[in-house]
Amino acid sequence: MTHVKVLVRRGMHLGAAGQGQVRPDSAAQKFSAQQGKLMAQAAQSGKSMRIGEAGLLVVLSALALFSIFVASKAWTPVYAFHAWLFALGSIAAVVGIFKRYGARDAAWPVQEIDGRPNYNYGPIKFSAVIALFWGIAGFLVGLYIALELAFPALNFDLPWISFGRLRPLHTSAVIFAFGGNVLISTSMYVMQRTSRARLAGDLAPWFVVLGYNFFILIAGTGYLLGVTRAHEYAEPEWYAILWLVVVWVTYLLVYLFTLAKRTEPHIYVANWFYLAFIVTIAVLVLGNNTEIPISIFSPKSVIVWSGVQDAMVQWWYGHNAVGFFLTAGFLGIMYYFVPKRAERPVYSYRLSIVHFWALIFLYIWAGPHHLHYTALPDWAQTLGMTFSIMLWMPSWGGMINGLMTLSGAWDKLRTDPVLRMLVVSVAFYGMSTFEGPLMSVKAVNALSHYTDWGIGHVHSGSLGWVGFVSFGALYCLIPWVFNRKGLYSLKLVDWHFWLGTIGIVFYISAMWVAGIMQGLMWRAYTPQGFLEYSFVETTEAMHPMYVIRALGGGMFLLGALIMAFNIYKTIASPEASAVPTGRPALAPAE
Amino acid sequence: MANATEPRVDARTGTATTGHEWDGIAELNTPLPRWWLWTFYLTIVWSIGYWIVYPAWPGVTGFTQGAFGWHARSAVVDDLKELQAIRGPGEAKLAAAKLDEIEKNPELLAFARASGGAAFANNCAPCHGAGAQGAVGYPNLNDDDWLWGGSLDDIQQTITHGARWDADKATRSSLMPAFGRDGILKADEIANVAQYVRSLSGLPNETNANLAKGKELFATNCAVCHGDDGKGKQEVGAPNLTDKIWLYGSDTASIVNRINVGGGGQMPAWGGRLDPTTIKALTVYVHSLGGGK
Repeated sequence: MTHVKVLVRRGMHLGAAGQGQVRPDSAAQKFSAQQGKLMAQAAQSGKSMRIGEAGLLVVLSALALFSIFVASKAWTPVYAFHAWLFALGSIAAVVGIFKRYGARDAAWPVQEIDGRPNYNYGPIKFSAVIALFWGIAGFLVGLYIALELAFPALNFDLPWISFGRLRPLHTSAVIFAFGGNVLISTSMYVMQRTSRARLAGDLAPWFVVLGYNFFILIAGTGYLLGVTRAHEYAEPEWYAILWLVVVWVTYLLVYLFTLAKRTEPHIYVANWFYLAFIVTIAVLVLGNNTEIPISIFSPKSVIVWSGVQDAMVQWWYGHNAVGFFLTAGFLGIMYYFVPKRAERPVYSYRLSIVHFWALIFLYIWAGPHHLHYTALPDWAQTLGMTFSIMLWMPSWGGMINGLMTLSGAWDKLRTDPVLRMLVVSVAFYGMSTFEGPLMSVKAVNALSHYTDWGIGHVHSGSLGWVGFVSFGALYCLIPWVFNRKGLYSLKLVDWHFWLGTIGIVFYISAMWVAGIMQGLMWRAYTPQGFLEYSFVETTEAMHPMYVIRALGGGMFLLGALIMAFNIYKTIASPEASAVPTGRPALAPAE
Repeated sequence: MANATEPRVDARTGTATTGHEWDGIAELNTPLPRWWLWTFYLTIVWSIGYWIVYPAWPGVTGFTQGAFGWHARSAVVDDLKELQAIRGPGEAKLAAAKLDEIEKNPELLAFARASGGAAFANNCAPCHGAGAQGAVGYPNLNDDDWLWGGSLDDIQQTITHGARWDADKATRSSLMPAFGRDGILKADEIANVAQYVRSLSGLPNETNANLAKGKELFATNCAVCHGDDGKGKQEVGAPNLTDKIWLYGSDTASIVNRINVGGGGQMPAWGGRLDPTTIKALTVYVHSLGGGK
């Protein structure tokens, strides 16, 4: 709270400076004359509505009215429900903007305090904490559907909790809700810190964070109620996507404007990866959602692609969602948090450049390997496979840079479980980026495709790499942005680490065994040339593996619950008394 | 602290930094690992080789065909030919053989059982069970109790045209009336008949029902299909009620329910889905499970 007072004083001081009575001190040199003038006006005439605030109020009020109109004419009850959610969300945002206006200072938040950037941590705190909430929700749903596969009676013949509806809820919750919020919060932190500049925008960062989570709410409730486009990892219907696009473009603008006002001469490698992630995801979502709603009053839309083209666009999207969301984005996290936590320089600048561009160029071609031995033309399958093989080393560039950054600091793994988590995540990254190209080889794919090997591969990447690097980053980030001395308990992090690691090992080894067994059983012929096993027999044979998988998933969830407790106790602990050295002051409370 | 432009040497590794620094993070100027670079080149060279051998790059009017003319479609045709070389001779013999000759010829029988077993596992097992043991509402095919007849011809007829499968005109179609739902019998009458039916298999009278009345009602309502003695009639798919084998359960509630709602199970007609030789094999397989007549 003392920072707020400092800020107010400084604002008045600068206001005076704008009137030319006091020379700005060296710390405030960054201020343009225009900003000074604005503040002076505010100091003279009191508070006035900013253009952004007024504009957003108008837009959101219009959206609320429009949503109510759509709700009144909606063709299905679920769509009416969603329209009402849009209306309520807009109204809540209007109320929120007014309240914020009442509470905020007349002056704009200053860009620097005592020569240090006045970082904006509010939206980061929100998305970091809600990421953990979505993560646990997503892991829980994952555990439940794992149990449904082992014990089908658990669907209780209720459509809302059937595997078909819960499965996209699980994938979207962990990838987009958990992963997405981790990416948004860490990217907003990393771009500010490595640019030495306050986050661009006034309401925009909040719009990104809250708007993104509203998208998740619409998507998730839609799945449970049966709204889906039936495209894997791209299930949300047109109206949810339309909203997402607005949010995402705002995210890109916030990122670009923050980079534009950076005070560092170069752009740090983590930001290249984050930017590649933001730009490419926008392109992918637009490409795979080229659809025409059948009516503005209906949730249903029809995609313009058909047949194998639809499949190709879907997997161009699907594979690059893995490439640019779960790989590039999280490499951005790795490139900041690993060197920061290890307190070591990044291993190789050249490797970071070469593997970045190679990864970006090659990944975008690899999608067709999801469609081996289908109606997709042979040439497209060949390109998908060969580009996946060439992708192996560019992917491993990130692993080398992550692991080798530890050189000279390996001893820290003994004492710091957070660093251990980050390093193990990089090891899992290396393993699954080797496994991916391997599985893209057509001869291997003939065995592995459509089996649980795919599920195992995905989870070594998502639990091991994405999950652990996110946990490690949040364990670092939350004490930093909440200005706490450190985590409540490193011992609990240790428990989280071991439960999670053993859980992942259970999970992926069960799926390897199940998948390879399933693939071999499917292709087994008797000497007379007839199929040896029925489908039912393969399912029966996998049952023990499914139970082990659920056990592994349960351990992973338990670890995450321990983390939630640890983070809760950390945030509940008192603020660090002094601003840590070398770390600039906190943003004013928002 | 930031904006350091002078590279310094990292003490622990002895490598110089690039001189850039962001939020305290510096970067070493380590060259690319050789093994990494050479493996990367190797994957590129391998890919180029693969493009030469297989269909790869699209052009304006077509795509590069690959050195050996390999295509997925022709590969499938080759695979099927290979399979045909294994199965073909046996299938030809099976197709030519008359149904009742197959079981007399050990070689043909073995082939029919192999083919029929695979067809059964992938088409019939979901309802009849992997071991043909059946389930509630789905007959056990191992015993000698047959709804529509257990001879080779009967079994082939049932598989080909199904039971109560309206899309097939030759399907086995007779239905038990819904005595309770349609008001043909009153509740107390149904209770009496149900206990009488149980008594046919030697089960005790659980509800103090009047078995004499039950017998009378059975004779006037049920015997036309199930027979005076309750031994059933395969022409109309009416089960034998005296053999202690129960399709829907022997408890009072299940029997009362069957009398109430009538009807019967459905089985798809496989005639349009499986070829005649496979159906032949399937017929022999089912017949040989133990209960064939």
